[in-house]
Amino acid sequence: MIKVLRWLIWRDLTLAMRRKAEVLTTLLFFVIVVSLFPLGVGPEINTLAEIAPGVLWVAALLASMLSLNRLFADDYHDGTLEQLIISSQPLALLVLGKILTHWLLTGLPLVLISPVLGMQLGLDANSIIILMLTLLIGTPVLSLIGAVGAGLTLGVRGGGVLLSLLILPLYIPVLIFGSGAVDAARTGLGVEAHFSLLGAFLVGALILAPIGAAAALRISLD
Amino acid sequence: MLECVNLQCTRGDRTLFTDLNFSLNEGEILHVKGVNGSGKTSLLRIMAGLMLAAEGEIRWNSKNIRKLREEYQKDLLYLGHLPGIKADLTALENLRVNNALGGNEISEEEAWNALGHIGLKGREDLPARVLSQGQQRRVALARMLVSKAKIWILDEPFTALDVKAVAMLQDVLSNHLQQQGMIVLTTHQDFTVSQGSLRMIHLGLNEATV
Repeated sequence: MIKVLRWLIWRDLTLAMRRKAEVLTTLLFFVIVVSLFPLGVGPEINTLAEIAPGVLWVAALLASMLSLNRLFADDYHDGTLEQLIISSQPLALLVLGKILTHWLLTGLPLVLISPVLGMQLGLDANSIIILMLTLLIGTPVLSLIGAVGAGLTLGVRGGGVLLSLLILPLYIPVLIFGSGAVDAARTGLGVEAHFSLLGAFLVGALILAPIGAAAALRISLD
Repeated sequence: MLECVNLQCTRGDRTLFTDLNFSLNEGEILHVKGVNGSGKTSLLRIMAGLMLAAEGEIRWNSKNIRKLREEYQKDLLYLGHLPGIKADLTALENLRVNNALGGNEISEEEAWNALGHIGLKGREDLPARVLSQGQQRRVALARMLVSKAKIWILDEPFTALDVKAVAMLQDVLSNHLQQQGMIVLTTHQDFTVSQGSLRMIHLGLNEATV
């Protein structure tokens, strides 16, 4: 069972490494969107620091959204998704493997680049650490929830728009508590409550999303 | 024994076939015939567990495959219309990863041998992107050479293959039947197998005869 998972993750990582452009798109989108704000809002450092948590989190949300419709699309078009569905391993587990790879390729780079962008917007060191931690817990939730939507809109014409409409509302709780934690850290308030809730979202999504996405894929290929 | 019981398939509001009953024993090959759009691929997809039948069920050793799920899939090799080949992986990687994901891990040596046998010698390390349609098809079909599955469900396996490859594929099919395997396939081409017994099923519009 673990072997199959390892093969799947190896395959998706290898494919991504051979076509780096797709991974870089998400990352560059994140960097550019955040960089536009100082230009639009003005270089006033206090204003920027005030809006920084929201800006960074919304940009991360949209960036991870951007790559979602390709999560299953390639496998769907070349027929490997069929083979995954009729694999002798539980589909939910394979889906979890795909989500994990997706996060490694699109979520983790955002976490790693976020300190630079945080500094750009004038966040202090403590807030930046909190920002990284919230993104570290929050972005997997985005990938997990997104996978259910990606499964449901697979093969639908204009699925990209539908996916955004379906998924963005579900991202709201993560956005509120993610940016809330950074804001609380910036103003010197406690952040435990925010982290507890983000952690709860992650655990819930880890358990439910792969099952939901697996069911969605079965429906899409019927 | 693989059984189809009172199978009905509908696409949209069109009924493709109803009350389809047949069973397949070890060493038997079933050739599903019919005009385009008569439901051949749908039947194969239902048998593979990819699609839900409107009515009826498929039974493997008297148990519904919907209940068996993974236990049934272990015994199954399904090769559909789409080759399931990743353009950015080499032929060798494609074969190994597809097998592993199907639950049948093979060594690198086994994969080399299979690809050599299916006529891709010297091309094992090329990305599938640069292979021709027929060669990509061969990479997909190489799975049959290393498969341990009992039931093979093949949708148009002869498409895009040259005469030599067709002959070789027929040998592979015969071999599988000799080892008490079962095969269900669709093709518009004529083919012969030297082993096992060949059975046919005609899917017409709204009716089917075995």
